[in-house]
Amino acid sequence: MIRRAAALLAAAALAAGTAGCGSAGGAGEGKTLTVFAAASLKAPFTTLARSFEASHPGTKVTLSFAGSSDLATQLGQGAPADVFASADPANMAKVTGAGLAEGSPRNFASNTLTIAVPPANPAGITSFADLARPGTRVVVCAPQVPCGAAAVAVEGKTGVRLAPVSEESSVTDVLGKVASGEADAGLVYVTDVKGAAGKVKGVPFRESAAAVNTYPITALRGGRNKDLAGVFLDEVTGAEGQKVLADAGFGRP
Amino acid sequence: MRRPGGRRHGYSGIPRWVAALAVVAAAFILLPLAAVVARVDWPNFLPLVTSDASLTALGLSLRTAAGSTALCILLGVPLALVLARGEFHGQRLLRSFVLLPLVLPPVVGGIALLYTFGRQGLLGRGLEVAGIQIAFSTTAVVLAQTFVALPFLVVSLEGALRAGGQRYEAVAATLGARPGTVLRRVTLPLVLPGLASGAVLSFARSLGEFGATLTFAGSLQGITRTLPLEIYLQRETDADAAVALSLLLVAVAVIVVGVSYRGPGTPPAMPSRAPSRTPDAEPAEARR
Repeated sequence: MIRRAAALLAAAALAAGTAGCGSAGGAGEGKTLTVFAAASLKAPFTTLARSFEASHPGTKVTLSFAGSSDLATQLGQGAPADVFASADPANMAKVTGAGLAEGSPRNFASNTLTIAVPPANPAGITSFADLARPGTRVVVCAPQVPCGAAAVAVEGKTGVRLAPVSEESSVTDVLGKVASGEADAGLVYVTDVKGAAGKVKGVPFRESAAAVNTYPITALRGGRNKDLAGVFLDEVTGAEGQKVLADAGFGRP
Repeated sequence: MRRPGGRRHGYSGIPRWVAALAVVAAAFILLPLAAVVARVDWPNFLPLVTSDASLTALGLSLRTAAGSTALCILLGVPLALVLARGEFHGQRLLRSFVLLPLVLPPVVGGIALLYTFGRQGLLGRGLEVAGIQIAFSTTAVVLAQTFVALPFLVVSLEGALRAGGQRYEAVAATLGARPGTVLRRVTLPLVLPGLASGAVLSFARSLGEFGATLTFAGSLQGITRTLPLEIYLQRETDADAAVALSLLLVAVAVIVVGVSYRGPGTPPAMPSRAPSRTPDAEPAEARR
């Protein structure tokens, strides 16, 4: 009984193993481009990856989305990737500083803060100063992460001091707290509001110009497909890439 | 007596390959811990763990874990009693559901709590009207921790109750003790070791709670940012601080587990001479 179970397990493992080999080696020329991209790039980069696969038959683009600092840490620990797209220059600097980048990074997009409120806007937020009204539950990113650093920059510029009820580790957590109605308002990126598809409403504010985040992208030295990585970078920074990014709410670099 | 003596002497029937795999298993747990120790920036360890943010987070963690352990005991003991001693329809189903937080990803627990106690939640809406706000408060942290820790207490205690059997309770009842007295004077003293280990496990689980807290309670220094959340945030900018705090949490966990868990061979001090685990008193259902 046990022996049979063991044999079955072994067979299953073998099958899984060979199946894995099949999909890796059998797809045309079998080139796989691994792209590490900031979580905020999920929608446009998924679109770009699909169109890249279509225009380069036999190529597969594998996307890994996470916080830029997580990705930079993973790359520092030897994670295999061909391209890294960061949500801020600081995390890109970690990668270039460690000598992992191939060539110098190119800026390909920018993102601006905006106020996100629940669709009904229960607290009646219309300006950045409204966020500081007593009794308003505001959620921001912690100063340690890029969106939080941007929020601090805006505070400095406007002189408006916020008393947030929570300082989240990621902008998606801020968005979640606003979308669920727990918070009256949150500071997120323009692209987050666009991607939330009606779950939150954006309240743009003039002072957001004080903290524009630039997104750099680079090919990686440890990558296995450097030529292909270069072509992908051209596509992202080229006309088609810029259109997809603009559709998602990103600004020019 | 089917199991003469708890300890075996002389013959140890462990094949060598089993021992080898056991070594791998132990290394699998110990090696990552050793890796953390190796990565600690020792010259700066003290300043890193005694920073204002770290101490605030540690204090909050200990306070909330103590609070949730108390809540676990308050709610978990009755639940374990009902599951172990009661007979009612849906008992098995109830037990399965009680165990659910053990296997659910904590973030799912957080979402569930959000839709229960959140501003727009099932109960939260009423609470909000009554002027009670749970989201973004320390109460939310305690609730999140209790949600994930309660099954540990219930499972430990229910196991102890079943293993202990009902003989002494039956005797006490025939001597005229009322259910309340039996519970207080016989049942609870008998299962005290099980209750203690369940409470310690709950405390340890509460201390490590992360996902549900992050989703449900938020993260603000001194209010909701417990030690695991602080580690997660520090990791963004200061890996050394994150590693130092990780070691601190490991140390606290080792102390908690070490103080309470003394292994199956040496049961903790008993309040009376009554044995917690007499094989011949073991009821049939305990061995199902």
